[in-house]
Order: sequence, then structure tokens, then C-alpha cells
Amino acid sequence: MMETPVLCIENITLTLGGRKILDQVCLDIQRGELKVLIGPSGAGKSSLLQCINHLVRPDSGIIRLEGEKLDAANTRALCSFRTHVGMIFQDFNLFDHLSAEENVAIALRKVRGFPRRAALDRALEELGRVGLARYAALYPAQLSGGQKQRVAIARALAMDPKVILLDEPTSALDPELVGEVLAVIRELAKAGMTMLMATHQMDFARALANEILFMEHGVIVERGTPEELLRPDAVTRTRDFCAKLVV
Amino acid sequence: MQHLIVVWNASPYIFGGSCVTVGIVVLALALGLMLGVPLALAQVYGGVLARRCAGLYVWFFRGVPILVQLFLFYFGLFSSLDLPINAFFSSCIVLGLTSAAYQSQIFRGAILSLPSGQFKAGRALGMSDACSVRCIILPQALRLSLPGWANEFSILLKDSAICFVLGTQEIMARTHFVASRTHEHLALFMLAGLLYFLITLAGLTLLRRLENALSTPGYAAGGTGAQ
Repeated sequence: MMETPVLCIENITLTLGGRKILDQVCLDIQRGELKVLIGPSGAGKSSLLQCINHLVRPDSGIIRLEGEKLDAANTRALCSFRTHVGMIFQDFNLFDHLSAEENVAIALRKVRGFPRRAALDRALEELGRVGLARYAALYPAQLSGGQKQRVAIARALAMDPKVILLDEPTSALDPELVGEVLAVIRELAKAGMTMLMATHQMDFARALANEILFMEHGVIVERGTPEELLRPDAVTRTRDFCAKLVV
Repeated sequence: MQHLIVVWNASPYIFGGSCVTVGIVVLALALGLMLGVPLALAQVYGGVLARRCAGLYVWFFRGVPILVQLFLFYFGLFSSLDLPINAFFSSCIVLGLTSAAYQSQIFRGAILSLPSGQFKAGRALGMSDACSVRCIILPQALRLSLPGWANEFSILLKDSAICFVLGTQEIMARTHFVASRTHEHLALFMLAGLLYFLITLAGLTLLRRLENALSTPGYAAGGTGAQ
């Protein structure tokens, strides 16, 4: 019998300003899988990720977390859903007025109800997991881009998410800082974290993705394993797109 | 010499007015803060009705001169409702209500200047909208508002002089009282001006220190950018 997917998305449609951004998008992710969304800018990758946890409200479609349908009209249910679905943003979105440690601890305190001390201890533990324990007292403006993104990952991990959505986590970074963030994501993938990641890092996708989803004009036009889509003799839109990427 | 003697004799009485002036300004600023924050939130995050109501409030208190408002509330509204509110508290209320309109625009600007991702990140972590505003947006917006708020303090301090028309015993009323009896207008109003100047200087110094104490590490005070 097939296991219930951790995250199941059915027929997500989004229209903005009369333009269809997402058109009947369906996908599901099994526990421990890493699926990679690729595609040109404006294809709808970020919109899809933001629709999944209703940061952008889709026009229609169903989202299920471990088989349970999300009732987005119920604010409490939506907040609870979001605690289980971690989100990593392209531009980090760390809270500038809080130190790295407090950035990780704040949701534990305000959402999970941890006492301050316990939340800070847990935050330190998560920062240690991304190699930033000694930067715990620094503020976002005192950290490099790569360090900020690692704090953002620690912040998401602290909530014990069932799945993490990563929206081009390395695209706002200097090339020399990309490696440290990918290393953390690689470790998470190896540890069995379920992830859906939009990226242009094709070497990373090739090495670690269970499935590549190629999006264009709000539709997933191709899906398959990296071997299927990227093998040298494959005639696929994905391979054609990757051939044009500057490495 | 005669001028100095008049000023010397009147100074304890006029200095006493400083306490009344400071009292009016502190209470009015506090009332303005208490009303200004919800007004700003209503304008940024509220529904149509909340936005309209807040807009109407701001439009009224920014549009009607303080002198008219003082008479309107003290001799009009409070009298007709038989509310036992004296001149001092009437001054505090009217200046506070007016200041709330101006403060709300300072806070609104600060909230809108924050990147939209801050609110989004709070939501993405499972925070309710109210929690995101309370824990993420306001702590940052209030820090950013401090320079504008210091400006509002100095404007309010100078506006408080107009409260003498209600008989509030603040610096202006007391100076006017002594000057009309001694005819030493120049020396006495120089003293009054000096007092306003010193209170402004003390208040702005205090607020500047607060701004430095609350500035986020890695940013210059006032949030002007990374160092």
C-alpha cells in the first residue's frame, strides 16, 4: 500500500491581474523526499510555494498535509498548518531587531508557548545544527548573506516542520556564499527532511533531488528523476533549459 | 537693572509654569501614542470601515486649528456634557487628540517602510496576524518612528503655549500675567522663550539617547542603514 504523502497539492490555480500565474498544479511529496522546482523566471515557482502555505491565497485547489485537508478559512487551522510547513525565503526575511538566537526562538515562544529560557536553549541547538552557535548573539545586519540564510533555516527547523519549502534560497547570495547554504540543505536531505525547493542550482538538483519538476507559464510541464530528465541523450525541456544556464 | 529685578522676582512663578507645561506635553504625548498606534494600524491593516474612520479622525484633527479645538472641547463639548474637566486636563486631552493624528502618520510611515517580507515571515512561522504585528512589526516600526516622534515632541511643546487661552497656568499664561502688570514684556518673554528652548533641548537629548539605546546593532541610530 502506498504511504500517505506528507504534502499533497491538487489543482492549485492562481490568477493575478487577469493573468494566470498557476494553472491546475498538482504534486505530492513523500516523507524524506527532496523535490526540486526549476523553470524560468515568472514560471510560477515562488507563487506555488507561497500558495502552499497560503502566504498568497490561491483561487482554488486543495492542500493536504499528511492526508488532512487544509481549511484556510479557519485562521487557527491555517496558523497550525504553517507551523508544520517551514518556509525559507530568497531574501531571508530575518527579523532585523532580533539577534540570531532570538530570531530562532521567537516563534517557539509566541506560537509554541515555550518559556523564554527553553526557547533560547532550543534556538542555540538549532543554530549549532547549521554551524552558527557562536554567532547566536549577532544581529542580522552583522551577518553575511550565507549566515543569514542559515539562521533562517535554523528558524524553520526549530518548529519541527514536517516539510520545508525553499524559495530559491541561494539566489540572493554572492557566489562564494552559496556553498555553505547548500551544504546545510544537503545535510538536511541526508537526514531525511522532506523538502520542496525552487532553485537554479542544477548540480545540486542532479545530485540530491528525488524528482525534478519543470515549471513554465504556471504549469508543471515535465517531471521525472534527474537521470530521466538530464541524461545526455534526453530530449527534454528541462535539459534544454539547463544547457542555457551559466554555471 | 529694573528689568532684571522684575525678571528675578517673577522667575519662581514662571518656572512653576514649566512643570505645568511639561505635564501637558508628557500627558498629551502619551495620549497621542496610545491613540496614534491603533490609528496607524487601522490605516495600514484595517478593513474599509476602520481605514475610513481613522482617515476621518486624522482629517479632522489635522484640519481644525488647535485654538478652535480648545474652545470647541472646553467651552463646547465638556461644558454641554457637564463633564468636570478642568483647563489643564482639557489642554492635555485636546493636544493629545491632535497629536494622535500626527503621530499616527509617523507610525504609518514607519510601518509601511518595513519590507513586506517581515510580516510574511511571521505568518510563515505560524504567528497570527495580531502576533506578527505585536512581536515583529511594532518593535521595528516604533524604533524607526523615534526621530519623527522627537519632532512631534518639540512641535507639541510649542503648541502647548496656546493653552493659556483656557487659563491653564503654564509658562505662557504666567509670563503674560506678570508682563501685563509690570510692562516688562521684552525681558519676561525672553525668559519664557529661554525656558521653552531649554525644555526642548532636554527632551530632544533624552529622546536621542533613547534612540541610541534602542537602535538595532549593525544599524546606525534611526535605522539609516548598515554600518
